[in-house]
Amino acid sequence: MKIIVCIKQVPAKDAPLAIAGNWIKESDIGFEMNEPDSFALEEALRLKEKHGGEVIALSMGPERVKQTIKEALAKGADRGIHISDDRFFELDPLGASKALSAAVKGENADLILTGLQSDDQGFGQTGVLMAAELDRPHATIIMAIEAADGKLKLKRELEAGWFQWVECPLPAVLSIQSGINKVRYATLKGIMAAKKKEIAIVTRESLGVTSEPTQRVEKIYVPTKTKKTEFLTGTPKEMAAKLVEKLRFDARVI
Amino acid sequence: MKILVISEHRQGKWNNSSFETLAAAQQIAAAANGSVSAAVLGKGIGTFADELANKAVAEVLAVDHDLLADYTPDGYCIALNQLIESAKPDLVLFPHTYQVRDFAPKLAASLGKGMIGDCVGYRSEGGKLIFVRQMFQGKTVADVSFLGSGPWFASFQAGAFRANLVQAHVSGKAPVNPVAVQLSAAQIRTKPLELFKEAKSAVDLTQAPLIVAIGRGIKAPENIPQAEAVAKAMGAEIAASRPICDEGWLPMERQIGSSGQTVAPKLYLALGISGAIQHVVGMKGARTIVAINKDQNAPIFEIADYGIVGDIFEIMPALTEELQKAK
Repeated sequence: MKIIVCIKQVPAKDAPLAIAGNWIKESDIGFEMNEPDSFALEEALRLKEKHGGEVIALSMGPERVKQTIKEALAKGADRGIHISDDRFFELDPLGASKALSAAVKGENADLILTGLQSDDQGFGQTGVLMAAELDRPHATIIMAIEAADGKLKLKRELEAGWFQWVECPLPAVLSIQSGINKVRYATLKGIMAAKKKEIAIVTRESLGVTSEPTQRVEKIYVPTKTKKTEFLTGTPKEMAAKLVEKLRFDARVI
Repeated sequence: MKILVISEHRQGKWNNSSFETLAAAQQIAAAANGSVSAAVLGKGIGTFADELANKAVAEVLAVDHDLLADYTPDGYCIALNQLIESAKPDLVLFPHTYQVRDFAPKLAASLGKGMIGDCVGYRSEGGKLIFVRQMFQGKTVADVSFLGSGPWFASFQAGAFRANLVQAHVSGKAPVNPVAVQLSAAQIRTKPLELFKEAKSAVDLTQAPLIVAIGRGIKAPENIPQAEAVAKAMGAEIAASRPICDEGWLPMERQIGSSGQTVAPKLYLALGISGAIQHVVGMKGARTIVAINKDQNAPIFEIADYGIVGDIFEIMPALTEELQKAK
């Protein structure tokens, strides 16, 4: 089974964000693999271990993105594709999906996996749009994959505790729900092996992808508060005492 | 402006966020001198169409087809593509449900259009419609506008609008107009099988008046008893954000958020929860929200009534002691 995993690199979870125009100031913060995509990568590696084949890590973004591709290679992906792009954040979901689709079109993969959504822009549309672009069936929010006889049996998560089994032919595009598996760590041996693995570099220009944006982020800002929060200060003991008093006598909830 | 709302139902029941989106559409239309229509898809959907017709809408478009009995992304995309081509709305609005995430971007793409998903609000600026959506897990919001001609596609997050603000029809009922679509079994590539629930819940968090919830800040399963001690001293149920249940540190039935339970207790105490949107949609209806987090910029403080910026491992034991004292 040939599997492509789309992996985004996003600001580290606790990175202090400074807004710069319609994006963030990238210079002073760390970046990491988008957590939902790490579940997709793990699922790809498990499918390869079970059914054989190849796992290709695909990522778009500036030079820093290479680090995340290398992390995927260290965990067991066989090779990487980097769509080198400093202006990736200006792309709308459709534009990003067109670029990602163009980069994998020639691979004729059996399966394309994405995470549920990115922790930065959070569009949550990439997988579905790649399926549209590549004219493949898709399913999203997947909690289990069983592959047999050239087709997939998938457990989809619905809302409010409901699930549904869905049958899907191959080739297909799947968006993986976070928590589907336990993500592995890279081993030292994996990290060493990754150094010899290939990362192909392409650009939107070299892929011949152009797309008219359908939407524009006018500005990004810190949300204005709708509730007035009363902050309690002091030593832990003082804060705890104040909180209990507030909850008993002001909010009257305990 | 002609607005079309796509409603959602499953197993004979409405997804109530359909009405939140209908309320949003009515508000947008009122300001823009526009009209609202509502669509319902499925098989044997007369009751649903009839209920929509009681609302203040220009018409109800009912797409009844055997192949729409169960949801499939192909079936919905093909049917709605035809519906939109014939109804010619300027703006198509959806509730941002799991089902909508599964097909709406593809539907928009099939018409060469984009979608602004998971919006929490809108604004009109000099006649231009701006959609507001969260980014960076709710730490920032973005104003997003459409470029080019319609139809435009957008979805609204659960809880962004109030369903009880939906206007009823002023003079009885709106017309229900059946819409015929061309759809064949061969066009539907995925096959939906059985629906099911995992293990029956032993606890019903939706009925709990007091909830103590833990997030990533708890760091390790061996720290959970400290939070449980707080809950016990308060007489509260323990709950968690998704990562905790994903790790198996607490059972799935104790998960609060878009993929877990939606609760509205008297008190919600969030310990080491950052307040990502997916969690907040499940608990923002709580009467009193208390947040304790070491990061003063954590989005959970946006919705908290009382906030403590500090180390939960220092505050949990102190809080347990104070709660016991107060009894």
